[in-house]
Amino acid sequence: MAARRQIPGTTLFDGEQARKGYALNKMCFSFNDAANREAFKADEAGYCNKYGLNDEQRAAIQARNVLQLIAAGGNVYYLAKFAGIFGLDVQDLGAQQTGMSKDQFKAKLLAAGRN
Amino acid sequence: MATLIGGITTSHVPAIGRAIARDLQADPYWKPFFDGFPPVHAWLERVKPDVAVVLYNDHGLNFFLDKMPTFAVGAAPEYRNADEGWGIPVVPPFKGEQDLSWHLIESLVAEEFDLTTCQEMLVDHAFTLPMALLFPGSAAWPVTTVPVCINTVQFPLPSAQRCFKLGQAIGRAIRSWDVAKRVVVVGTGGLSHQLDGERAGFINKDFDLKFMDSLVDDPTWATRYSITELVELAGTQGVELLMWLATRGALDGSVRKVHANYHIPISNTAAGLMVLENAV
Repeated sequence: MAARRQIPGTTLFDGEQARKGYALNKMCFSFNDAANREAFKADEAGYCNKYGLNDEQRAAIQARNVLQLIAAGGNVYYLAKFAGIFGLDVQDLGAQQTGMSKDQFKAKLLAAGRN
Repeated sequence: MATLIGGITTSHVPAIGRAIARDLQADPYWKPFFDGFPPVHAWLERVKPDVAVVLYNDHGLNFFLDKMPTFAVGAAPEYRNADEGWGIPVVPPFKGEQDLSWHLIESLVAEEFDLTTCQEMLVDHAFTLPMALLFPGSAAWPVTTVPVCINTVQFPLPSAQRCFKLGQAIGRAIRSWDVAKRVVVVGTGGLSHQLDGERAGFINKDFDLKFMDSLVDDPTWATRYSITELVELAGTQGVELLMWLATRGALDGSVRKVHANYHIPISNTAAGLMVLENAV
């Protein structure tokens, strides 16, 4: 198989990621439902058990760490539903992943429009 | 026969839903974005579509990874929005145009596009927000709808060339629909943005502007790129430009640009808007 093109700082959500992350993404998909979001908040560990998360996924959920969640197979569209539980938006996620404050991240986006 | 009156392409960033709910259209952050729409409203008022065929990508409301269709066409009497987990208001339901749904399905399968057909289908922000932008303040939506969903969640994604060809086939199907209705094609998503990874916040203004120009006079320009190349050029979610390409494909040959707007940033996204109609 030809070597895959690597884009720095980017994980393509391919078959390998989709297999690895299935349980994690399935749990996050369940957060479309408000009752499930409440159930997660009431018993995080129990909720992760119910969906069969592995240790890496559990640790990443516990740490609320987006890069770790992606490394564990998470897809950002489902992870956004997890972030929604804490009232975080995609700019919070962007700031965390790039090691910036949210204001710095917003400034970076504004700068992209001035180039 | 039905008339294909043109195509509208627009971004569908969730934050738009919050801005509409809070009446922030005149807010300095939002004004350059919302100011792009009055010319579209004027055009819609003039061309008066009866039906909107909406090309969009689901973000995990209707489809999960258990069953992930590459191309899915709605064939439901009604399409509802629902809670997506991060709290934008749910909009009123959309009436389906089932005769056109089945005509599209039959035409596309005959042209070797092997579709998933959906007689029940939730539509997410990528469908609802563009409709709210195009038809603001409507008590009831003034058009019936056919949703066409293209997978941009799980790779492999359909190629740019394949999406363009899908659009061409959709255009042929609409024009051969034996009902005297006026149909607009709406393509949603993009332009450049990336939500995930250390590269989050990536935006590529030069590429976006070149892409928008290409849709007018050189519509297959972007089909030279592989999906991976498009991700590199436009970001992991910028690849939603596939919906724009399919929309352009649906329009016949040469087109006239009625209107365009481009603004950075809305949330993490370079927001784009275009209205194209067939040149006469």
